[in-house]
Amino acid sequence: MTPLTLTATDARPGPAKPKRTAWVPTLVLVLGSLYCLIPVVWVVIAASKGRSELFSTFTFAPGTGFAANFKELSSYRDGIYWQWMANSLLYAGGGALLSAAVSAGGGYALGRFAFKGREFIFKLMLAGVLVPSIVLTVPQYLLLSKLGLADSYWSMLLPSILSPYGVYLVRIYAAAAVPGELLEAARMDGASEWRIFSRIAVPMMMPGLITVFLFQFVGIWNNFLLPYVMLADDTKFPITLGLYTLLTQGASQPALYTLVIMGCFLAILPLIALFLVIQRFWSLDLLSGSVKA
Amino acid sequence: MTATPLKGSDRTTAGPLADGTATSVRPRRLRRRGRSAPYWFLVPALFLFAAFTVVPIGYAVWLSLHKVQVKGIGLGKGAREQVWNGLGNYTDVLHDSEFGHSVLRAFGYGLIVIPTMLGLALVFALMLDTPQARSAKFARLAIFLPYAVPGIIAALMWGFLYLPTVSPFYYLLREFNLPQPDLFDGGNLYLSFANIAVWGGTGFNMIVIYTALRAIPQEIYEAAKIDGASDLKIALRIKIPIVMPSLVLTFFFSVIATLQVFTEPMALKPLTNGLSGSWSPLMAIYDAAFFRSDIYGASATAVVLALATFALSFTLLRVSDRYTREDRA
Repeated sequence: MTPLTLTATDARPGPAKPKRTAWVPTLVLVLGSLYCLIPVVWVVIAASKGRSELFSTFTFAPGTGFAANFKELSSYRDGIYWQWMANSLLYAGGGALLSAAVSAGGGYALGRFAFKGREFIFKLMLAGVLVPSIVLTVPQYLLLSKLGLADSYWSMLLPSILSPYGVYLVRIYAAAAVPGELLEAARMDGASEWRIFSRIAVPMMMPGLITVFLFQFVGIWNNFLLPYVMLADDTKFPITLGLYTLLTQGASQPALYTLVIMGCFLAILPLIALFLVIQRFWSLDLLSGSVKA
Repeated sequence: MTATPLKGSDRTTAGPLADGTATSVRPRRLRRRGRSAPYWFLVPALFLFAAFTVVPIGYAVWLSLHKVQVKGIGLGKGAREQVWNGLGNYTDVLHDSEFGHSVLRAFGYGLIVIPTMLGLALVFALMLDTPQARSAKFARLAIFLPYAVPGIIAALMWGFLYLPTVSPFYYLLREFNLPQPDLFDGGNLYLSFANIAVWGGTGFNMIVIYTALRAIPQEIYEAAKIDGASDLKIALRIKIPIVMPSLVLTFFFSVIATLQVFTEPMALKPLTNGLSGSWSPLMAIYDAAFFRSDIYGASATAVVLALATFALSFTLLRVSDRYTREDRA
């Protein structure tokens, strides 16, 4: 697999003659970009405003309270905000890593072996995508609380590991990117199935596994329903639920608005940074299951 | 597009599998050893699937068929016990107008979100695919950016942008002496939620459609150009029909997501008084399970929602299947 980049898009050979409507695509895309960027730009600017500035100055005029807001948020209830951030990192990072590992095994088995029940297992797992999240989350909570695991780190991690989409994606990857002849040759040489999987298949499926990791990382990081149902102790909250509770408290006292806005700004930074960094060696196209190199 | 709704799945079912398991040249010892291997690789996935999908669904169904009966005055241990209730909870669900309304609200919301979001995604994808587009790479990242913003945080940010005291939009409306609508009121509420979902979802769907567009061989366009087709005509007559399967796929997942709308109304609830605690189906179920402590009724409602989702999914797949087949014939 050669590294994929986002740059291939404008390399297309087009007609050289300029037309009257040539500016339309650019205009539409600029408007679309503005629509998508405005809330982000607003939150960046609003995060810099002090309490009085937020309600008094023009919304797109930068304020002077950035450092003060940051300090206040960091010291709010002994720095619970950063605890939430660390929790989110743990849930999303740990869950996505385990998810990629489980998908690697499952997808490899489904994509590179013919065995009894293969299609049945695959279709059953895919059907899991259709089950509304709350149908799973509420009984998961009730069952985990019988085991004494509700309101624990495990109650967030365990239900987030299996991703039917991840298994599906790795299956496609394994079938397309891992040549059967290679596996056969390794078997002839006496390599164990585990060794073939870990030394040959996993490295070849790596772009697919990274995609599963990212997809699941974003999925867990953005999940709101699961922590909302599972967790009661706010020191275990992920950032999404933490900010939400901050707002519900702040609804009665607009003084907390600046904290929530600062919190929103800091909370969207990690994922945006992640995407900007990885897009150098990973293509967005992979999200939709494209195996093209 | 029958049982596996995701595109590209047909690639795996045919050819490449056979060579991985070709047994004719392999010594018997190896063949026997390899036979159990796929099951071992599948064990973690299967275990998790059983523990966190199959068992919870089974438990939900079991709960939905039971209720709590209170003995005597309901005090002391054993005064409350679970008894069989048959389909009693289900008849309650179907007579529950509150839940019925929440489903209708979700559909109304979906009627705004899905056409807008997929329409925009398609237009952006087509524009990205034109050679005239400048700064396409930037636009692609910018429009995809909201995908990286958690739904609840997107809803919080938009919630502030809807507040007249801090919103730049209201500032402009005031400056130009235009009427200032209340975005948290009645019908506007649907638009407010829909906007958040459109903002968050357009980029991802755009990427899915754009990927399909890029897979089209360039020679088709060359041929159409020589025949004198305009860019618009190429888009309408060639590109859109070819990416139809991707559109069907994104539509399919959008419908499922719509029925499960939860985050946006939950996030805006603290900012307004006019929002019922059971605005959407998921909120109604959560409300029943945790605020009214009626896990039996909540389970029945959840099962009904799941069945409705399945019915809707299979109908959609059946329709799209027939559509694409007629197209080919």
